[in-house]
Amino acid sequence: MLSMAGPSANTLTEPDSKPIFLIRPGSSRIGPRLAEVWRHRELLLFLAWRDLRVRYRQTALGVAWAILQPVLTMLILSIIFGRLVGVPSGGIPYPLFALAGLLVWQLFSFALTSSAGSLVANERLMTKIYFPRLVLPIASVLSGLVDFALGLAILSGLQIAYGVHLGWQLLTVPLFAVLAAGAALAVGIGLSALNVRYRDVKHALPFLAQFWMLCSPVVYPSSLIPQAWQPVYALNPMVGAVEGFRWSLFGQGPVPWSLLAVSTTVVVSGLVISLVYFLSVESTLADVI
Amino acid sequence: MPRVALRARDLGKQYRLGRHEDGYVTLRDAVMRRLARVRHATAPATPASKPRRPTTLWALDGVSFEVAEGEAVGIIGRNGAGKSTLLKILSRITEPTRGEVELRGRVGALLEVGMGFHPELTGGENIHLMGAILGMKRTEIRRKFDAIVDFSGVEDFLDTQVKHYSSGMFMRLAFAVAAHLEPDILLVDEVLAVGDASFQRKCLTKMEEVGSQGRTVLFISHNLPALTRLCTRAILLDRGRLVLDGPAHEVVAAYLRSGLGTTAAREWPDLASAPGNDKVRLCAVRVRNADGDAAAAVDIRRRVALEVDFEVLQEGHRLVPNLHVFNEEGVCAFVTSEVDSPWHLRARPRGRYVTRAIIPGNFLAEGTYIVTALISTMDPVAVHVQERDAVAFQVIDSLEGDSARGDYGGPFPGAVRPLFKWETVVSPLSVGSDPAPKPTASLDS
Repeated sequence: MLSMAGPSANTLTEPDSKPIFLIRPGSSRIGPRLAEVWRHRELLLFLAWRDLRVRYRQTALGVAWAILQPVLTMLILSIIFGRLVGVPSGGIPYPLFALAGLLVWQLFSFALTSSAGSLVANERLMTKIYFPRLVLPIASVLSGLVDFALGLAILSGLQIAYGVHLGWQLLTVPLFAVLAAGAALAVGIGLSALNVRYRDVKHALPFLAQFWMLCSPVVYPSSLIPQAWQPVYALNPMVGAVEGFRWSLFGQGPVPWSLLAVSTTVVVSGLVISLVYFLSVESTLADVI
Repeated sequence: MPRVALRARDLGKQYRLGRHEDGYVTLRDAVMRRLARVRHATAPATPASKPRRPTTLWALDGVSFEVAEGEAVGIIGRNGAGKSTLLKILSRITEPTRGEVELRGRVGALLEVGMGFHPELTGGENIHLMGAILGMKRTEIRRKFDAIVDFSGVEDFLDTQVKHYSSGMFMRLAFAVAAHLEPDILLVDEVLAVGDASFQRKCLTKMEEVGSQGRTVLFISHNLPALTRLCTRAILLDRGRLVLDGPAHEVVAAYLRSGLGTTAAREWPDLASAPGNDKVRLCAVRVRNADGDAAAAVDIRRRVALEVDFEVLQEGHRLVPNLHVFNEEGVCAFVTSEVDSPWHLRARPRGRYVTRAIIPGNFLAEGTYIVTALISTMDPVAVHVQERDAVAFQVIDSLEGDSARGDYGGPFPGAVRPLFKWETVVSPLSVGSDPAPKPTASLDS
């Protein structure tokens, strides 16, 4: 007989209400494990909330850093590329053009860096308690979205100040944010697991991010890329994310359907490959870390 | 007949012993190994450059057992016996290499107090975070929040960042959260090794409460007295194998007898890693029989000396060596400190000290005793050295008729077994008017 105190008594005295777990080598399949991540969504939110609380704590400027970083970068870029080099920005004031690119880019690069390092950064948790490990790289991406939203508010304000039209396309902004975060996760999830075994990832990552930025239309428009190279260029999902984001802000031209289709396909296939790798090594992560 | 809460069948966990101590390899190693393998394939005659070391280790090997609902089971064994590996498998942190476990109900694991706490967050924030990490729902955390705060006793510091907490407050808060997790099966690893004595008592009480609520508890501890008190049953692991499974006090006693566990003398030849701090370090703790030899078994009729050997590194402290002696049921038989000594409360100069507590013969009962050695200062109270279960010894009655047993050989209860002096008065049976008989000797003679 069980005699339980507390409000959970009803559920536990019910004999068949207790879930039964079976632990055996290599037993878990991918479907149920993704379902388990969903069941841990509260933990996911808590971890994202933790990252957010901790990030700007004990800083004099606090959350203003989330805005200062892209705005200061924008100023420098505007002087160098806008004034000195004279990069075309399709009729949009260059500062707006650059800030739009930077916001999506920083969302991506933050998400990529923090998700790739998430397992190693939470080593103590990994070796002391069970939860679906996938929660860590996903949670680390979420707090970047808050910075993105703050930056977006500044950008919209600037846009009004410059007198650039804000249209209905603005409503599609979340789609491009998700596309950028998804692109980061497609790489970050796989890298986070690889980083557990090979710490080389940590050293390669800044280089990868820099290289990737040069291959994305952040400081220049994608129209600068020769027509012949456009199909290859479009395989970089950040091309779709950045150009799509600019389209949703400035509303120039038709909906970039083909670009979006390519980017989405690349991101989804990347996510699948990354997930399969992650889940195949997940059970050994705690032993190796 | 209680139902089975946990059933482990033929559990095995194999670890690869990597080249790096810390377990991870760099990409270069992996690439070089691949290349080496290719070279080997083309030139198989290459002699092995190094003698081959075993590259794998079975941390757990063929372990099978069942635990009934509501049972509290202690897991004991030396370091490296596989205790933690077993709990890691049961808590799903790591997967077994072979075998399987069936678990009925929600599993809660507490493998380290304070894990998941973030120093930059406040106490209140950490309660929410750690609750979520331990698997509580948000509504559940909110419901238990006050109880957790109450238990922890840090209500005045809820809005203070945890990094400003004293280690005691930190531990209390962390344990409070964990203690309010209400799993069906609770796995606990050596949590009681931390915190001060009053906090440990609180934890133990809470653990006993958990056990009495019908939850299943699996408990690893080197604190054998606590383990015997909390657990009805114990499992002894040695080099990954289950070697003994039975009533806790029997398994603990067998463990101590077998020499797998604590011994009669323990020495720390390397001062830097010895228990202690920059003021004092423990060099050795020994059990000596009446002949002065280190001995794991002593005669119940003869005295036994518990020796504390320590080095004072910083002069001027009034250091008091003291010993806590527990029997195999986990009851503290007595505490003794160096009161009756010329060094009592005198500031000690630097040097090596050997001090002995002499326990008289015909005082302890038969059985196993486990000794915790401490070195403290009293004003203010601070513990500089605390070595749990430092040594153990057995008190044996050879049944020669001159101990407190007399000629009786059966079970003999009692926490102590003194040989008292009995006084007898005999009065002749006379029919008459004699006054009440007077004792022949007065008590203070």
